[in-house]
Amino acid sequence: MESRLRLFLLGIFAVMPFSAVAQEKQPADAEQPKEIIQQDPVIQPAVKRREVKQADIDTENFELSAYAGILSIEDFGSEPVYGLRLNYHITEDFFLQGAIGISEAGRTSAETFTGSTILTEEQRNYEFYTVAIGYNLLPGEAFIGRKTAFNTALYLIAGAGNTTFAGDDRFTITWGGGYRITVTDWMAVHLDVRDHIYSIDITGEDKNVNNFETSIGLSFFF
Amino acid sequence: MRILFYISLFVLSIYGHADESELSDKHLVKVADPYIELHTGPGRGYPIFYVVGRGDWVELKFRHADWYKVITEDSKEGWVSAAQLSLTLNPSGKRVDIRDPDEKDFRIRSWEYGAVTGELEGLAVLSFYGGYHFTENLSNEIILSQASNSTSSKLIFSPLNIIHEPFPDWKISPFFTLGTGWLQTKPKSTLASTVDRTDQYANYGVGARMHLTKRFLLRFDYKYYEVFTSRDQNEELEEWKVGFAFFF
Repeated sequence: MESRLRLFLLGIFAVMPFSAVAQEKQPADAEQPKEIIQQDPVIQPAVKRREVKQADIDTENFELSAYAGILSIEDFGSEPVYGLRLNYHITEDFFLQGAIGISEAGRTSAETFTGSTILTEEQRNYEFYTVAIGYNLLPGEAFIGRKTAFNTALYLIAGAGNTTFAGDDRFTITWGGGYRITVTDWMAVHLDVRDHIYSIDITGEDKNVNNFETSIGLSFFF
Repeated sequence: MRILFYISLFVLSIYGHADESELSDKHLVKVADPYIELHTGPGRGYPIFYVVGRGDWVELKFRHADWYKVITEDSKEGWVSAAQLSLTLNPSGKRVDIRDPDEKDFRIRSWEYGAVTGELEGLAVLSFYGGYHFTENLSNEIILSQASNSTSSKLIFSPLNIIHEPFPDWKISPFFTLGTGWLQTKPKSTLASTVDRTDQYANYGVGARMHLTKRFLLRFDYKYYEVFTSRDQNEELEEWKVGFAFFF
């Protein structure tokens, strides 16, 4: 009995130092990596990063374009049209557009046939503006030869505006699409087709007319 | 002789300009993000043709929407998304996303410009407005509207539109408006009686605004006009409009 107790105590004494060491070791193990992290880096970076503020970097989100084309004015023939468009690119997908344009209506078939006149010269002035939202539907690249590639985009636009024609203001819905070829960082070529829809009663009855405009334009980013 | 003088002046001016621009216009940055990918165009679908690792230097040329045009040390030019440059552009080295105007900026905006379209008593209407916010709750707007249908067209100039926004921090923020201005009615020239008339009006209305993204917001307006005509009866008009606006 006595010997068994002694053996037990001896056993405890024999094991105790190990367990004590183990207890001491555990927290030491856990703390070690922390100490390494808190040390200063061995190599101090010699190059100081230059501060570039985001606001200092040029943004090229505006695009101003001048265009010329043909406007088919329903009943009044197809006439040259000139205008300006200003785009604001919000994201890579969407842009806002404000556009103005002028043209002059020709003579209707009836006028040519009978020699009469429906509109005075002043009333033939055709002026319009549009505010629209645009979406770059198919961005891509176009290649000329082996080494030259231009970024391009096929876009859609839809908006509303006003047309002053035949002496009156007419609320106008405009929609269409275009193809943009970015020639350099700051210049692009546009091919556009759009439909201007408004209501007019100049030929006797009220009707909606579709005036198609096709144009080519040159734009500058700033 | 004089031509030579002008040519030399021209050449000198070019050199002078080049020196100046090289010093001040170059935005060289050290890439702090793990790597940046150069796309051939400013869009997510354009192919990646080059990768620059952390620690290399690039020059930022300009920004187009959410993309930066960069030039690498070995003269490769490409487009990098703003999101991928978020660490590089922040000198403190802490991770901060490229900050676009958000809900908070929307709430404390001072200027607001927009275009809205809808219907004014059977006439299609298109309006442009500019507004200034005195406080988060109170603003004034100047509105120019053009409306037309087959019988007449109207031009409305509205210099006073006091807007009260009781809950500016709501996602869809309602507002109440009270205003006055002048309304010019022009019968279509094809009609027999073509007498233009201009009358003053007062209006009240309700509406709501919602922040969309960045500097843009969506807006809905309903207004009731009382037009003080020179005839026996006042003219009453109802108008509703929706549209987009941006703020600063």
